[in-house]
Amino acid sequence: MKFFHLVWAGLWRNRARTVFTLLSIAVAFLLFGLLQGVNAWFGSLAGGSHADRLIVVSRVSQIEPMPIAHLRRIEQVPGVRRATHVGAFFGTYQSRGNDVSVLATDPGALFDIYPDWQVSPDQLRAMTGTRTGALVGELLMKAYGWKVGDRVPLRTSLVKQDGSTDWHFEIVGTFSVTGSAAQANRIIVNYDYFDEARQFDKGRVFAFIVSIDDPTRSAQMCATIDALFANSSDETLTQNEAEYAQAQIRQLGDVSAMVNAIVGAVLFTLLFLTGNTMGQSVRERIPELAVLKAIGYPDTMVTALVLVESLLLCLLAAALGLAIAAALFPVTEALGVGGGALPWDVIGFGIAIAAALALASGVPPAWRVRRLTIVDALAGR
Amino acid sequence: MHVLKQISAVTLLNIKSVPMRLGASSVVVIGIAGVVGVLVSILAMVAGFTQMMTSTGRPDRAIVIGTGTSFEVLSNLSREATRTVLDAPGIKRGADGKPVASVEALAIVRGVLKDGSPANLPLRGAGPEAFVLRPELRILEGRTFEPAVRELIVGRSAQRQFRGLDVGSTITLRGSDWSVVGVFESNGDQHEAELITGAETLQSAFRRSAFQSVAVQLDSEDSFAGFSSSLTADPSLSVDVMREPDYYQQQSRSFTRVLSMVAYLVGGIMALGAVLGALNSMYTAVSGRAVEIATLRVLGFGTTPVVVSVFAEALLLAVLGGVLGACLAWLLFDGHVMSTSGAGATQLGVPLAVAPRIIALGVLWACVIGMIGASFPAVRAARAPLAAALRGH
Repeated sequence: MKFFHLVWAGLWRNRARTVFTLLSIAVAFLLFGLLQGVNAWFGSLAGGSHADRLIVVSRVSQIEPMPIAHLRRIEQVPGVRRATHVGAFFGTYQSRGNDVSVLATDPGALFDIYPDWQVSPDQLRAMTGTRTGALVGELLMKAYGWKVGDRVPLRTSLVKQDGSTDWHFEIVGTFSVTGSAAQANRIIVNYDYFDEARQFDKGRVFAFIVSIDDPTRSAQMCATIDALFANSSDETLTQNEAEYAQAQIRQLGDVSAMVNAIVGAVLFTLLFLTGNTMGQSVRERIPELAVLKAIGYPDTMVTALVLVESLLLCLLAAALGLAIAAALFPVTEALGVGGGALPWDVIGFGIAIAAALALASGVPPAWRVRRLTIVDALAGR
Repeated sequence: MHVLKQISAVTLLNIKSVPMRLGASSVVVIGIAGVVGVLVSILAMVAGFTQMMTSTGRPDRAIVIGTGTSFEVLSNLSREATRTVLDAPGIKRGADGKPVASVEALAIVRGVLKDGSPANLPLRGAGPEAFVLRPELRILEGRTFEPAVRELIVGRSAQRQFRGLDVGSTITLRGSDWSVVGVFESNGDQHEAELITGAETLQSAFRRSAFQSVAVQLDSEDSFAGFSSSLTADPSLSVDVMREPDYYQQQSRSFTRVLSMVAYLVGGIMALGAVLGALNSMYTAVSGRAVEIATLRVLGFGTTPVVVSVFAEALLLAVLGGVLGACLAWLLFDGHVMSTSGAGATQLGVPLAVAPRIIALGVLWACVIGMIGASFPAVRAARAPLAAALRGH
């Protein structure tokens, strides 16, 4: 610790250069933090999903409807704890852009299958009593200023029996999702009413959600369910929730490959820059370092001083950059590609990269200092 | 004249000494190359995507979809509704008096990409007049599908991206076998990512009763207003009517907007880093030449030539970096086909286009970065007190 002052003084020997280098490393880590944060966010979309829940969709495509009769046969598969059917559609509230995702299902079964979706028992009962009832996620309630008892109109693309595409639902309650609040952005309505009122695709649903007793058997369960409908015109594709979520993300294109390419380019440039700066800063100080050696500093000590200086510069800058990234990260939510806080593992990874960068750019000049012969260096040769 | 001569002399001297400061100079070049490379690559994606979307459809054609969605695949139109649409004024009629229009059903099926991963593949059921309606649709190989038989034709881009779509192969959809009988091209537009069969064939195979859209050929571009208002005024219909180019551009707008924002955000942050790197290098260059510059000034050279020479050096390095970055992006990505999911569940093969306009933009960014990087060091070089600078302090 007693050498800290010496290292610190060395670092600030050329103030302008140190500030520029510090800032450019900080900028790189700002970018690193933001991009990796977005990457981690995409990864986390698959998180919060469980292997003990299976999603059954049509093998034709994930939006092709399947007959509701499948549900009876799925329920009879040994190991199935509970299953339900889901019809899904989008509605627009008032004006374009206010898109609302609606799930038409058996609410009792759904809340049983998703224990982390919280609803009060009274409101769930009210749902059974109100055919046109709706349970609304808390995020949506807040976003549109709805209250329990409101009757909300939704414009949809689904044609009703009377030819209209406007649907009305009465809010009988709200639900929240523990752990992942962002999931509480949808509306749950009664499938029975929905199916009776619509004109097309009657009796067909878009997915079945199955809760199974033993998560370790999820692969076999998927195969068993798909075998039930093999070679029919309504073949199914069953995946556990995590696999399903990952498949959804993959369809967005290879985000992580793009992020890694950019981060790679940035870090390469940076390595070049800091390596150059460190080399230059050591070159200028060769006579001083030779003096240190002449008055008895061992080679290892002088080498260490140079390395510590490089480490200090990179870590300070990385910390600054990552701190700004953490502060700015919530902005990515507005772009629809992020949200929440910058994950700690991204910060940890960033610090590790900063240390690696410091070593990569500090070792060559440190090595050079180590091999310095005092006489030549003092003579300026 | 005198000043110009001085400027050229000092600048030449300066630039000739660049190779002696290779390390610091390459920081500027490589830093700027990184910025321009990333910027140009992302903008090439935006350009490729926009190009594909704007080449889909023609202004004298319109598309009618059910209301409540902006995606054809989610729209529902009853058979009666499609008949009403076909009776509307403004639709061009063929020699036989039939409207030049196609009532279409659209299903999404799961395909397997060449790399083995699953992806969405649209299967379009087209009406009998579809080839009259879309003259850009040309069969490249094989023949077109017969009505009421499970046959389909494959878009060129879909065939390139997906497995098992060669002419003569069979694919299984909903428990029955379909033969691939032809390959079509369509001006490189979005339809090339689709499979096409007859609308009635699709309806029976997929047990559909609703259609998804009606595409019509208008009498002329000007007939759109009449056509559109007659449909929206009809109380028995709830449909959205759009010119084809408007519809396809609207599909791509949010994607290209996010991508452009990413390009400028990431490019902007990287540019900030490159400016700092350039400042660093130019300060080093100026301080390394402090004695030389002071000597020149003592000899009677003005401050302008000194300042100009610093800017010229930075500009040269910046342009070098910009061109290098743009060339890298061009070599890596021009003509490269990016597979991405498009709006409404399609898998698009978007050819990236590194257009001259994008390269010019990249080089412009490079110049601005170089200029800012040169500004402060240039001023310092011009202002350094002569006596101290000559002594090397």
